[in-house]
Amino acid sequence: MTTYDPDPDAAARASAPPTMADAVGRQVDYWFTLYKRVWRGTVISSFLVPLLYLAAMGIGLGSYVDNKSGGSAIGHVSYLAFIAPGLLATTGMQTAVFESTYPVLGMFKWDKVYFAMLATPLRVRDVLAAHLASVATRIFTTCLVFVVIISAFGAVHVWWGAPLALVGATLTGMAFATPVFGLSSRIKDESAFSLVFRLGLIPMFLFSGAFFPISQLPGQIAWLAYATPVWHGVDLCRSFTLGHVVWLHALGHLAYLGAWVLAGWWWAERGFVKRLTW
Amino acid sequence: MSRDVGDGLIEARELRKKYGEFEAVRGVDVTVSKGEAFGFLGPNGAGKSSTMRMIAAVSPVSGGDLRILGLDPATDGPAIRARIGVCPQENTLDNELKVKDNLVIYGRFFGLSRAEVSRRADELLAFVQLTEKAGNKVEELSGGMKRRLTVARSLINRPELLLLDEPTTGLDPQARHQLWDRLFRLKQEGVTLVITTHYMDEAEQLCDRLVVMDNGLIVAEGSPAQLIREHSTREVAELRFGIGEHEAMAPKLEDLADRVEALPDRILLYTGDGEATVQSVLERGLEPTSTLVRRSTLEDVFLRLTGRSLVD
Repeated sequence: MTTYDPDPDAAARASAPPTMADAVGRQVDYWFTLYKRVWRGTVISSFLVPLLYLAAMGIGLGSYVDNKSGGSAIGHVSYLAFIAPGLLATTGMQTAVFESTYPVLGMFKWDKVYFAMLATPLRVRDVLAAHLASVATRIFTTCLVFVVIISAFGAVHVWWGAPLALVGATLTGMAFATPVFGLSSRIKDESAFSLVFRLGLIPMFLFSGAFFPISQLPGQIAWLAYATPVWHGVDLCRSFTLGHVVWLHALGHLAYLGAWVLAGWWWAERGFVKRLTW
Repeated sequence: MSRDVGDGLIEARELRKKYGEFEAVRGVDVTVSKGEAFGFLGPNGAGKSSTMRMIAAVSPVSGGDLRILGLDPATDGPAIRARIGVCPQENTLDNELKVKDNLVIYGRFFGLSRAEVSRRADELLAFVQLTEKAGNKVEELSGGMKRRLTVARSLINRPELLLLDEPTTGLDPQARHQLWDRLFRLKQEGVTLVITTHYMDEAEQLCDRLVVMDNGLIVAEGSPAQLIREHSTREVAELRFGIGEHEAMAPKLEDLADRVEALPDRILLYTGDGEATVQSVLERGLEPTSTLVRRSTLEDVFLRLTGRSLVD
């Protein structure tokens, strides 16, 4: 650096602000570099736990349930085939919530990476969209591994069920990711997250319809469960893996999950703008 | 608003920033021309950083007019940010990335190609003397190194205007001088610098022209020498007496200097000839425990203008 010339192309590049697609594209290297460092750890940890559930409950408990009831309450399929898509959808949910809590707060609070990004031509909405895209990618890859495993266990009954369930589980995850981004952009410290995990994530996991049909629950509690996005995700994924799709139901689930994604995104963007551009 | 805005790189007229009820910047006028090194000097809370964040096109303007590179930050934020460099008060480096990756990733945000950004990163690491740390993690760097890396990062888009918010706060003297040396070289190469600082020596070292801010307002403007000439005397005699005696001593000395300032730990006599003043103090039979004659600095200007020290 002997003589300093301002970049002659900078003004030209700047004259047209980047489209959102371009702006998100500029952030791919960042998220990829981060993911390269941690992907082994996240993939292993995020599918190991559901895999343990699958083994303990699908095979262990499942052999007991299947002998006792003959599967009548769960639609005459093996218990393993019943809970596998449920665990797939809840894996999507859990991956999403983990990726949308500490990592998001850290970008505001600890490393302040969002602030660094906003000193460049990127806008708040670009930064949010790219981070959400990276979370979607993580949910997708984690669920992909899981779909391969449940297919190997024989829990996917039709071939086209596997890719559709993968999409369904990723969408389920995003229905949680966007509102949790909104939450993370509004809280000051991380103690709120333990409430999210204990009072939100664990009850939703247990009463999602993954382990037993929600219709077994008393009325009001059942309706509460039906209102959560995760039940819609579980039911959707199950209809795909078992090949019993009622398309009207499936469309309803997709619309409901999509509505959560969009509403959460809108709420998150408001929170991001407020926290990043004071 | 159709105010008269000139063609400086930065043109601020009646610029204001409010946070709820609190007004941090209360109407400042600033013009920064190409090639200048311009400083905002003032204590913590004077409104320097708020002003800087508005100039960086990241913080919405609450009132007044602001043009950066002739553009309006409210509508042309991305275009402005593409052409300026920002070294924020906090480093905001990504601790999970390696040193060089921090530059490369940041350059990508500007839409630069991988090859171009890698070439510039190597160049900049050499410039801030961090080449041998390229593969290290950021958290392994010392405070001074992190600061230099942040400066390097702010140059990745070859900005026309470089904003430095308290560039050397928290650094040890050696690290400060190292950074000043780099900034001085940038200045010589014609980069327009805008610096906020609460260190008067930093302002004197780096700035061609500066404004003194206090309570959200500009209280003085000029070159360091000009400010000292206008608001202080050529020399200052510092006298120390016993603890607690300074207030009482001040009236006895008032006729010996242009101005007398009693601080808790010393008395300052503002005068054209410090040695002569000290001599007359001694002739009066007063016996300070120590005396020091020095040149006036921006610290004295600030004390004169606001009645308070810059760094508490």
